[in-house]
Amino acid sequence: MKHYLFKKAITLTLSLLVVVTVAFLLMKSAPGDPFQYEQALPEEIYQQLATQHGLRAPLLIQYVGYLKQLVSLDFGHSLIYKERKVWDMIADGFPTSALLGFEALFLCVPLGIFAGVTAAVLKRGWLTNSLIFMSVLTVSIPSFILATLLQYGFAISLDWLPIARWGSFFHTILPALSLAVMPMAFIARLAFTRTAHEMKQSYVMAAIAKGLPLSYIVKAHVLRNVLVPICGYLAPLIANILTGSFVIEKLFAIPGLGFWFVTSVLNRDYPLIMGITVFYCFLILMITLIVDLLSALLDPRLVRERSAR
Amino acid sequence: MSVSVSQSYAQRILFAYWQQPLAVMGAALLWVIMLLAIFAPSLSAYTYFGVDFAAKNQSPSLQHLFGTDDLGRDLFIRVCYGIRISLFVGVAAACIDLVIGVLWGAAAALYGGKVDECLMRIVDVLNAIPTLLLIIPLIAVMGSGVHSIVLALALVGWLTMARIVRAQLMQIKQQGFVMAAQGLGAGFWRIVFRHLLPNATGTILVTMALTVPVAIFTEAFLSYLGLGVQAPVASLGSMANEGLPALEYYPWRILFPSGFIVLLILAFNLVAEGLQKALELDRATPVAERLF
Repeated sequence: MKHYLFKKAITLTLSLLVVVTVAFLLMKSAPGDPFQYEQALPEEIYQQLATQHGLRAPLLIQYVGYLKQLVSLDFGHSLIYKERKVWDMIADGFPTSALLGFEALFLCVPLGIFAGVTAAVLKRGWLTNSLIFMSVLTVSIPSFILATLLQYGFAISLDWLPIARWGSFFHTILPALSLAVMPMAFIARLAFTRTAHEMKQSYVMAAIAKGLPLSYIVKAHVLRNVLVPICGYLAPLIANILTGSFVIEKLFAIPGLGFWFVTSVLNRDYPLIMGITVFYCFLILMITLIVDLLSALLDPRLVRERSAR
Repeated sequence: MSVSVSQSYAQRILFAYWQQPLAVMGAALLWVIMLLAIFAPSLSAYTYFGVDFAAKNQSPSLQHLFGTDDLGRDLFIRVCYGIRISLFVGVAAACIDLVIGVLWGAAAALYGGKVDECLMRIVDVLNAIPTLLLIIPLIAVMGSGVHSIVLALALVGWLTMARIVRAQLMQIKQQGFVMAAQGLGAGFWRIVFRHLLPNATGTILVTMALTVPVAIFTEAFLSYLGLGVQAPVASLGSMANEGLPALEYYPWRILFPSGFIVLLILAFNLVAEGLQKALELDRATPVAERLF
């Protein structure tokens, strides 16, 4: 167990290091630097500024400096919004994105599990077929297309909900829904396969033979075995919701971190792009580690299986 | 035609494939979309860049099947070209994945030991990083366009293929016929290409079929954000993006490109799932799990 977690942590640290290095190299290879304003500076002043800020130092030294900055959460300044620090912009935007993400997560996980388990337990042909068809269909609809459809249907045609912007709870419904539908289909499908597998096991047969009601068997025995593997997929799921939120926030004009990310890429605002990339990677890798720890605690068999591989 | 008693492996797979209504539907859908993308542009009087200010924002009609956009360009032709780009991106990404992934996975499985450990650690490290967080900064620096998208997809896309090929080959290489071939003096590469890989064809095929919709989705996602192909070339994602401000009054400008993105992804997903069932790869991951 300890060995497994240690190995996992090392891998994730290396992943983070890869991202940081790529971010650093990309930033260095991008044209321009912070001192190239529209009006050209006198050459001597430019040279002095560049030397003073370490832009003339060897790449390795600059890299180590960049790492030190990251540790102290100093991501530098935005190139476009000159007064603002990248970290402040992240701290401003992230709570909004997190709220939206949580809402989507709370929507998709219970509903997905419910749909998948119900279809597998009831074993009705039409229910199973429609679940499979719906899940293939919804998995094929990108969130941004679903979002436009929802906007057209509920905001423009019916005028029930606000079409965009951020404010009241009603503003969050459409974006959260567009983010949640694809993961929901995924969870429903996963829950369905796992439950169908568990229902064939002999312990379920024994419980049925004992005369226990089906709902009790599902609640007391089956559900536990179904939830653990789903728990293992939570990390990629959260990553999917967070990255999917880039386009959704842009579409609904929500002032979250995803909106800033897309804006920064369109503006070629390199410090902001790289700052947000590193921040999101760190966050997602931390979540991955925590989820792995949780599923290892819930089901020690996983550790043995994975270390054996 | 008489039904032969002994069927070849391919015949059996095809038979199992045609037994599934959804899979047949997917194949038919894919076929129609491909015919449309290949032949429609040469049969039509319009071009994807031809501007006609007299015919701005027209609704769908016999003249313009999908209507026109704000510059009077025929949307039907633009959608056909968009499908070409999507198909190109999808197939190119799948082919690059095939080459890198199979070589990487085969090397890991066959050399084993330290090489295997080292190669698969690299895959694990890269695999933990969310794809879009690597692709978007890359595009930001490399500049947008179809080629940067394919390159960016290729840089991260082969990981799944490498893992799946490795797992499959680890299983196959322990079987008797491989030992027999070794005993008969077959060389390393002969064993790889004549004995191991042919037995992994099914898995590789399904993985490729699953890569295509993911690539198409990513291209559409990036183009929709304005990071994809640039005007006047139209991809489905960038057309949907251009049509977005017109959603309220000219909804067809966004509905047709978006609809074809969905149809394309759906067709590939259905085909992949059908193949998976036909090949009886039950233990391989279902379609949905691979989207992450």
